Amino acid sequence: MALLQTIDLKRYFGETRAVDNVNLSIEEREFVSLVGPNGAGKTSLINVISALLTPESGRIIFKGEDITHLSVTQRVKAGIARSFQLVNVFDDLTTFDNVALAIFSRQGKIAHLGSLAHLDHEVTHEADAILGQFGLASKRDDSARDLSQGERKLLDVALAYSLRPMLLFLDEPTSGVSTRDKAQIMDTIASVVRAEGITAVIVEHDMDVVFKYSDRIVVMAQGAVLAQGTPDEIRKNEQVAMVLLGSSAPDAFTRKD
Amino acid sequence: MPTVRTGPTLARVLAVAAPAVLAFALLPRVVDLYQTELLIYGFTFAIAALGFNLLLGYTGLLSFGHSAYFGTGAYTVAFIVRDLHVHSMELCILGALASTLIIAALFGYVCVRHTRIFFGILTLALSQVIWSLAFKFFWVTGGTDGIRVPRTGITLLAGLMDFKGSGSYQRFVYSYYYYVLVLFLVAVAIMWVIVHSPFGKALQAIRDNEVRAAFVGVPVRRYRWIAFVISGLFTGLAGALWVPLNGLTTPDILYWPFSGEIVFMTVLGGFRTFTGPIVGAIAFNYLKVYAVASSQYWQLVLGVVLVVLVMVLPSGIVGTLKRLAGKLGRS
Repeated sequence: MALLQTIDLKRYFGETRAVDNVNLSIEEREFVSLVGPNGAGKTSLINVISALLTPESGRIIFKGEDITHLSVTQRVKAGIARSFQLVNVFDDLTTFDNVALAIFSRQGKIAHLGSLAHLDHEVTHEADAILGQFGLASKRDDSARDLSQGERKLLDVALAYSLRPMLLFLDEPTSGVSTRDKAQIMDTIASVVRAEGITAVIVEHDMDVVFKYSDRIVVMAQGAVLAQGTPDEIRKNEQVAMVLLGSSAPDAFTRKD
Repeated sequence: MPTVRTGPTLARVLAVAAPAVLAFALLPRVVDLYQTELLIYGFTFAIAALGFNLLLGYTGLLSFGHSAYFGTGAYTVAFIVRDLHVHSMELCILGALASTLIIAALFGYVCVRHTRIFFGILTLALSQVIWSLAFKFFWVTGGTDGIRVPRTGITLLAGLMDFKGSGSYQRFVYSYYYYVLVLFLVAVAIMWVIVHSPFGKALQAIRDNEVRAAFVGVPVRRYRWIAFVISGLFTGLAGALWVPLNGLTTPDILYWPFSGEIVFMTVLGGFRTFTGPIVGAIAFNYLKVYAVASSQYWQLVLGVVLVVLVMVLPSGIVGTLKRLAGKLGRS
């Protein structure tokens, strides 16, 4: 049984078909890339699945249960977490507090007034471990506002990861980051995700990144799923090359450099 | 593994708090009766502002109706003393907290459905409902005359201390000073624990980014509501403590300009800091008393201070001092 399944999922913005009858299955422990031109509905699809947007029709099945009408926090509890295309962290909290809050939340300990954030050794230990995994240990006590763009991106992902989700959506985790940092961020994310056996769905424009890390690639255009398959299958798909690159040449994805 | 902690350790907190507490404890021996009385007013307003700032500074919600909770606390004490003939201040405080809890829970439930200006307007409107009740139902509330709560009508520490007979005024001020000081310190300690707990961090997360807060699993609306109720309770306690000191409660403390004063105190001290509202409330109390005493245009004086404050010291007294201290530390 698929971990996540969408059935005829639909969301329009006026005339624009952001998500148009999408039927998609995600298997457990898969690393799936969602690609497509701007406005293809990749982010909208993630928004609908994560409850930031409500669908007009269709159903979302997670772990065999219909979650279409669950709230954001209920879906988080069920095991779905996400990061954001535009950095979405708690700017005035320290890097440590950002992550610690997510851990407290996951453990249902937020309401424990007695457990001061810095006195809970278990949480402190885990938060420090996660900051280490994401290479943010040296920024532990800086407020999130003072981090570099790349670090903020990583913190955004670390926040979602700290919830130890079964299914993790990453919406352009490397956008707005220099090419050099990009590889590092992706390596960090991929290694963490693989090590923990997390199912990941990532939106990404850089096809090199997509081909390198994905088990499966889903191509979207105008709100619908255009094609899906392994990196090799997608690489050879002329229709996909046409949509993504405006060229149907078989070697369109091969960089000439 | 980094082991350095820059978070507020207990030792650092005590290093700051202990001298302040000692100074407050010794002050009545140094200053005269009138100054002591002013300080008590300052402490009560400080408790109110501290509660108010849980919403503004930590949750990012500007309430313009905190007069409602201050007034509920105050009127409850007045009703208890006048109608139930109960004189124990402790029972009065418990009663005031109970009634504030109900009002704050009710109003909060409605208000936290909105944010920003809509939240502010709703808190304002609801507080004016309470004001109009106190104003119109004069056969219960005394209307604009209010209700007298003579200090002879209350006892402290479960009846151990009363204030009848000669010299009672002086005795009252000095005892009540320590009474309010202790409750003030307890309130500060509780608030400190709240804002440094995971719950407090969750409120700050909501303030910074409510969408993301929901996406880390924080039930945003419920937590805003809880913050609202806690905030109301602190302000209600302040109102209860204020009544015996003032000797009288009138609809003025339910009217919206008083809500504005609570906002003013907090901004004056600096709403981005924990101690800001405390410093701001005490400073504002002096400012207002001396402005009223020295000029018939005291509102103008306060107005000018507010304008200067917003333009020159937007981070308030404590925020500015902190920044200066930070600069000195670096240079």
